This record gives sequence, structure tokens and C-alpha cells, in this order.
Amino acid sequence: MREYILEMKDISKSFSKVKVLNQVSLKVRAGEVHALVGENGAGKSTLMKILMGIYSADSGEILIDGKEVKIQNPKEAISNGISMIHQELNSVLDMDVVENIFIGREIVRVGAGSLGVVDKKMQLRQTEELFARMGVSINPKQLMRNLSVAQMQLVEIIKAISLSSRVIIMDEPTSALTGKEVKTLFEQIDRLKAQSVAIIYISHRLDEIFQIADRITVLRDGEWIGTDEVANLDSEKLIKMMVGREIKEFFPKQTVPMGDVVLEVKNLSRGSHFQNISFHLRAGEILGIAGLVGAGRSELVECIFGLTRPTTGEITIRGHRVDVRSPGVAIRNRVALITEDRKLTGLNLKASVEHNISLAELTRLARFGIINDQREGEVTESYIDKLKIKTNSRKSLVASLSGGNQQKVVVSKWLLATPDIIILDEPNRGIDVGAKRDIYLLMGDLVKAGKAVIMISSETLELMGLADRILVLAAGRLTGEIDRPDFSQESIMRYASEFQSGNMV
Amino acid sequence: MNRLSALTRLNKKGLDLSSLRELGILIAFVLILAVLMILSPNAFARPSNFINILKQASINGILATGMMYVIISGGIDLSVGSIVALTGVVSASFAHPGEYPLVVPILLSAVIGTLIGLLNGAGVAYGSIPPFIVTLGSMTIVRGLALIAAHGSPVFNVTKAYEALAGGFLFDTIPHLVVYFLVVTVICAFVLTKTVFGRRVYAIGGNEVAARVSGINVNRMKLAVYSLSGFLAGMAGLLLASRTVSGNPTSGQSYELDAIAAVIIGGVSMTGGSGKWYGTVIGALLIAVIGNGLDILNVSSHFQLLIKGSIIVIAVLLDIKGKARQT
Repeated sequence: MREYILEMKDISKSFSKVKVLNQVSLKVRAGEVHALVGENGAGKSTLMKILMGIYSADSGEILIDGKEVKIQNPKEAISNGISMIHQELNSVLDMDVVENIFIGREIVRVGAGSLGVVDKKMQLRQTEELFARMGVSINPKQLMRNLSVAQMQLVEIIKAISLSSRVIIMDEPTSALTGKEVKTLFEQIDRLKAQSVAIIYISHRLDEIFQIADRITVLRDGEWIGTDEVANLDSEKLIKMMVGREIKEFFPKQTVPMGDVVLEVKNLSRGSHFQNISFHLRAGEILGIAGLVGAGRSELVECIFGLTRPTTGEITIRGHRVDVRSPGVAIRNRVALITEDRKLTGLNLKASVEHNISLAELTRLARFGIINDQREGEVTESYIDKLKIKTNSRKSLVASLSGGNQQKVVVSKWLLATPDIIILDEPNRGIDVGAKRDIYLLMGDLVKAGKAVIMISSETLELMGLADRILVLAAGRLTGEIDRPDFSQESIMRYASEFQSGNMV
Repeated sequence: MNRLSALTRLNKKGLDLSSLRELGILIAFVLILAVLMILSPNAFARPSNFINILKQASINGILATGMMYVIISGGIDLSVGSIVALTGVVSASFAHPGEYPLVVPILLSAVIGTLIGLLNGAGVAYGSIPPFIVTLGSMTIVRGLALIAAHGSPVFNVTKAYEALAGGFLFDTIPHLVVYFLVVTVICAFVLTKTVFGRRVYAIGGNEVAARVSGINVNRMKLAVYSLSGFLAGMAGLLLASRTVSGNPTSGQSYELDAIAAVIIGGVSMTGGSGKWYGTVIGALLIAVIGNGLDILNVSSHFQLLIKGSIIVIAVLLDIKGKARQT
């Protein structure tokens, strides 16, 4: 048997002159869990998209069983035995489990001629066989909608097996799973390994990687940094490889004396999204919020910002109780929210950099409703300079900028509103390492200037590097509060999975 | 902050790629104009005919201006043609000699148009009904109201003053209609490009959620935008009735489609968030030029439909291709 089932050699890829992958190699053995790690923007997802045929590489080759293959689209990837389980699961929610497994390649009833009648019985039988083989106990006739995220993921895994995949890519498979569900997933992964399926495992959770992976490949800034056996690495070494410097340097933590309480949230609840949340925030503080995907973190800050109304509870800003009816009220109270998905909720991609930056503060740039173009141009330019936004001109469409620079545009928009309380929801998703560091530095500047920052992040490293205090949410409840000296990935994970055992703080 | 470099960059005008799209339409417009002038140097290319074209473009141009606001904001307004009919009938009914002063039919047209627009906006904003459905409903309802108000037949017998609203001339040369078109265009273009309100129209059409997050009251914006479209449709109805010296409940049929066509030909994206006011003006002029030119060339109106339809599709095709190249 050959040593490697899959080899990606010297893969390079550029997007509009920006090199996102430079001569990257990845060699995967049959029956191993190969962790692919790196910060956001390191090039992991681009590399995987090339493997899945979603992008084509500018140069380099892909070998399967030692033979070169050309993968032009996901269909060809699948026929070469490669499948991917995406972080955002793309199941059809209104179909049942069986239909989802066989979507696009339904078994047609024999004898019915070319009528294309689906053989539901056969599909059901095959599904049941697969479930039995993998020890999955999900009713195949259930609608996808009624499954938990973990169950949906299992269905995706079963689907990958039914495609007789020999390489399965798992992109952040545990980001929405509780501790117990993670254990079930790992059991499935062990079964796959036993059947000599190779797993490419992408995750930010280092503890998990050390638990499940056999070998690790590290990417940074589109470069291949190294590949090694897990036994030869520890988290210290791995982090150093990922961020390219000592962790203390990478997270430029500014410790400033804490000021008064600027925000106090008391018993805040909103339907089934979150219940009974209370916390306070001081000037000069960076408060981290950790939790699994779906724990209610974004819902909580959206409610504080007035995008949704709480069912019960109080919000006090600088000592005054405020009824935050709308984002407008929040902005007037000097609260800013940098939302999680900049393309969906942060930017107007059809507008220019300038028009995006000025949007929340137009009235201040206008007299009698008429915008002062000169002033708008000046303040826009000042933020382009201050945040080092790379753009041809302030009139360029914001859609033409890279992810990191787009994020800086969103940040500029909110800084222009001169907020005292800045809420950042996953501010570093999908941006390159340089931009990320700029955002970290900016957060330091903000607290030094006496502002208060709330940061939601799924990267515990980032939270631990920057926050003064971390709140942990699980299933809509506040399950833990950790002060900086007591930070650890284990304790965050424990609190984040807590609702299962049913004991709340 | 590096103030010097900021200011030097401020002086350099960035290349605005989005205006290339309007440039294409302008070139097409000039080409069509040139061809018609060559084909008909005597009848088409006369100055008096150009004024005539402007006059023919003006009612559709006024409707298209309102439509442009609605489409940039991410919506659509199918009710404007019916509003034209209703306000035409109502204003003509209040314009019989010796009954009411001229201000009454004018105000009624403005109020009725705005009110219907407001209701459209309320349905879209607070009812969360898709704009197409809301205005499809109101299009039918308002047409019904027009027929009811007119008892099914046109309203004649209006005052000279009422007739002069649209039929008169400024300095004995420029038709009033053209003046109104010009005034509406200038005001609406200024509001769209220079004011906070205009900027917010683009913002809610470009990304409604991002606009809301940025503190914009999206619902109120929608009310305003549909009200503006309704108001302008009301004015157009008054002017059409004045021009035809009668309020006809079946008038204004498919005017909404001509208005939409002008906006789309002018490069405004159907998905909202982008477009330029001068594109819409060129769009409205282009439609009038084609109609006028083909009339002069004795092309049957049946064939004119073919040509108009083709131009709409080609314009949108250009738009889509242009976007594909950008990304």
C-alpha cells in the first residue's frame, strides 16, 4: 500500500493579485486524522475548496493513490472519493433524512423505465444498513428540521460514507456541539479510521486536535509551516507555529485601570433565545463572551443593541435605565455593534467605502439634511489612514476590498459614531493575520481611551489572549464567568457544555 | 492621522466604475438618435420635434423618477398607472367650470396619490408583504376606485385653467409638461445624491439589515419612498387629465411598466441599492425617442412594442454582464 492516499503538492492560488496560497503541500495517509490548523485567513478553507473543486489552483498538483487527478468541480471530487462536511451544514431542512442522504443521486426504481420514479424503499433500506454499520440511532424518516445540529452532522457523515468517500474533510465539526456530542463524533471518527478512511480535520480547538489527530499540518498566511506527528508537538509549539511568534506578542494585551460600570444588564431574557442573563461591563474592560455556536451569544448582544426586544429584563447604560427600542436608541447612547457577518449585516456591498463608513453618522455630517461632501470625504480619509484600509480610493466599491479591509470599513463606521461601548461579534472571522492584529491593537487603543469592549469569539485562544473576563453561555444561559488569572480552554469548554447536566450558575 | 496624505488623496477623484453603465446607455441613446436623424432629417431632426419628444417623455419621466426611488430602495410600485387614472378622474371631477378653484383638484391629486403610496409603504414596511404583491393589490383596487368614481366613463367639461396646467407653454415655446419634468428631476436628483434621505434610500436597498443595524429606521424610509412615488403618480395623473382635457378611468394602463422600463434601461439595479438619476432620465427619453421616431417613420405601433421590449432585455443583459465582470 502506498504511504499517502492523498497528496496536494505545491498548491498556489491568488485572488486578484493577492496570494492566498503559496506552494502549500498536504499529504494525508489512509486511516489517519490529519488536523489542518491555522488562524483565520491562513488559507485552510481555500486549500480545501481547491481539493473539492470549488476553486482551481493556479499551480500545483493533486495526487490520489499516487496518480495525478484533475478536480474541476465538487462532483469530480466526490467521484474521486473526497467529500466535505461543511461548517454550515447544507441540508434541505424540509426533506427527511433518507432524502437528504440521496439528494441528487436518487435511486431510480428498476422496471419503471425512464420515468425516474424514486425507489424509496431501496433508499430507506440502504440508509438503515449504513446507520446500523455506524451505530447511529436516528429515525431515517425524520425531517431534517427536527434533528439537532449534532444529528444533522452525523447524517452528513453517513452521506459521505454512502458516497464511498475515502477522504472526508470536516470543517469545524464541533463548533456547535456539546461535550457529549463531541464524544459521539469522535467515536464515529474512530470507526471511519478503522475502515481506513482519512479525515482532514479543521478546528480551532487545540485540546480537541491533540485528542483526535494523528498528524498536524500548520498553515500561516498562505504558507506551509510544517507537518508533524502529534506526539512531537505540544500546544505551546503549535501556537507558535500558527501565529508566528510567542503568544504574548501576538495578543497585544493592554491592561488599563478599570473605570466605572458603563453597562449593566439585569435578568435579560428573550423567548427561547436566552434567559436571565445578568452582567456588568466597566470602562477600560474587554469582556469576552464564549460559547458554542447557537448558545445565544449573538442574540444577546443584538438585543442589547436594540435589534430585538427582550421579553423581560433591564439594560442600564452609564447609570441610566434605557429602553433600547431600536439600534438608533443604542447609537444615541453611544453603543456600537459590529455584527458577526459583515456581508450580511455589516456592509452595503453595493456602495462605496465612503458611503459605508459614513452611514451611521450621516446626520452629524449634514446640515438641514444636506450632506457636507467635503467633511464626509475628510473623515472617511482619516479613517482610511488610521485603520490602514487598503483601497484604491474612498469611492471604490467596498465589495472590491479583501475581507480584512472590509472588516476595517465596518469598524470605521462604528468608530465614527464615537461609541463608549463597543460590541464586536466574531470580529476576526475570515480576515487575514495582519488585519487581525490591527484589530487587536485597535481594541487595546479603545480601552486605553476609556472605552469598554465586549468581544464574542469562538476562538478561545483569542478570548484568553485579550479579555479581562470571560462570560460563557450555553443554551441561552450564562453558565460561567472566568477572571483572567483563571482562564483555561478546559474550563471554558466545560461551562460551554454545561446545560446538558442541567446545573446553572 | 496623516492629515497631509489624507488631503492629497482627497483631491484626487477616484474613478467611479459604476457610472460606466450609464455611459453605455448614453452612447446607445446618442446612436439611436443619430440613426433616426439620418433616416428622417426633415421630420425627426426638427427642433420643434425635440421639444415634442421631451413633452412625450415628461409624464413617464415623472412616474419613472418616483419608481426609481422605490426600486433603489429595493422595492417596486405597480400601482402608479392606476393612481394616474384615479387622480385624473377625481381632479377632473373637481374641475368643472364654476365649481371649485383650481387649487382643489391639484391638492386632491397630491393627497390621494400620497395616501395610496403611504398605504403601499405601510403594507411593505409593517405588513412585511412583498412590494410586488402589495402594489399589485393596490393597482387593482385603485383601478376599481377610478372606475367607480367615474361611473365607468370619462369625465369631461373642465376649466380652461385646468387645461392650461399641462397644455400651456412657458415663454410660448416650452410646454409646461417639460418644465414640470425638469423641476421634478432637479429636485429628486438633488435629494437622491446630496441628502441624508437619498443616501438612506440607497442604504436600505443595498442591504436592509445593515441599514437597520446602522440605526436607520427602515420602515419609516419605506413609507416615505412609496409616498413619494404615489405623490408623483398623483401629479402625473393630474397632468395627463389636463393634457387630454378629461379624466379617463381607463387611462394610465401599463404606465407602471413604462416607468419601470425607463428605470431599468437607465441602469438601476432591480435588486436595489444602485443606480443613477441621470440613467433614469436617459431611459425615459430613450423610450420617448423610440416611440416618436418610429411614429414618424410610420412603423406600426405593434412593431414598436417589439423594439421597446428588446431594448429592456438588452439593457438588463448588459447590466448582468457588467456585474459579472466586476466580481
